[in-house]
Amino acid sequence: MALNKDYLGRVYPAGPAYAVGREKLREFATAIGDANPAYHDVAVARSLGHRDVIAPPTFAFLLSFRASAVAVLDPDLGLDYSKVVHGEQRFVYDRPITAGDELVCVTTIENIREAAGNDILTTRGDISTVDGEHVVTTWTTTVARGTAGETA
Amino acid sequence: MSATVAWADVEVGTELPSLTVGLQRVNLIMYAGASGDFNPIHWNQRFAQAVGLPDVIAHGMLTMATAGRVVTDWVGDPGALVEYGVRFTRPVVVPDDDAGATVEISGKVAEKRDDGTVRVDLTATFQGSTILGKAQAVVRLA
Repeated sequence: MALNKDYLGRVYPAGPAYAVGREKLREFATAIGDANPAYHDVAVARSLGHRDVIAPPTFAFLLSFRASAVAVLDPDLGLDYSKVVHGEQRFVYDRPITAGDELVCVTTIENIREAAGNDILTTRGDISTVDGEHVVTTWTTTVARGTAGETA
Repeated sequence: MSATVAWADVEVGTELPSLTVGLQRVNLIMYAGASGDFNPIHWNQRFAQAVGLPDVIAHGMLTMATAGRVVTDWVGDPGALVEYGVRFTRPVVVPDDDAGATVEISGKVAEKRDDGTVRVDLTATFQGSTILGKAQAVVRLA
């Protein structure tokens, strides 16, 4: 069915903080096949001016995706998750996510539209430390194929 | 941040070292585990084909992470990245064989900005077709 446009601009407050662990960042970097020492070696990361090993740039998606679940799975929004594909992804960084960070993510429904029979949803995730330091903002566009105009 | 590339040394048109990456099923399974994205289209051939895909496909976010390495390898410190965005225009199909899928990524400086940053435009291809649209990264150089 078509998405509920009443949800445009809706803000979902942050859930519990995510504790960024050094071994998690190493595991993620290994999973993407990236041996950059800034992700693995504390001494190298510190020589680059970081407090500890840093996260690969796309790691921020794990936090925003988790935070946005409450929004995109809300049945009243009307997104048919079985038909969803990832259309677009963007990150804007103040600094890299770093091991030891305690992060929270506020989700905002930034855009709802239809194009070529598809429902298109853009959510923004504002990721900051529990102390209020902004770290990275993410934009995720999901496309539900062929669902626009369907009735519930 | 400490990029190892100097802004003054870079011109519009400067090409970054390109990268060729092989993605096999095991890489998709590792990414599923590390990211928590267990959508079966990324590991279950039976399910992928039932929803109309030719075979299992790579996570878009794995493709994005792979493409971004052209920029972060070049700049030295991945923390110098200011902005990174892509459109997912075509899936990367990963067969259940020893070769897997081969993705080729190249990058070129498209814009120099007065604030000490540059915009890099990335091209990622699989089987001769581009898989990412408007793939752009902004990095702060030394």
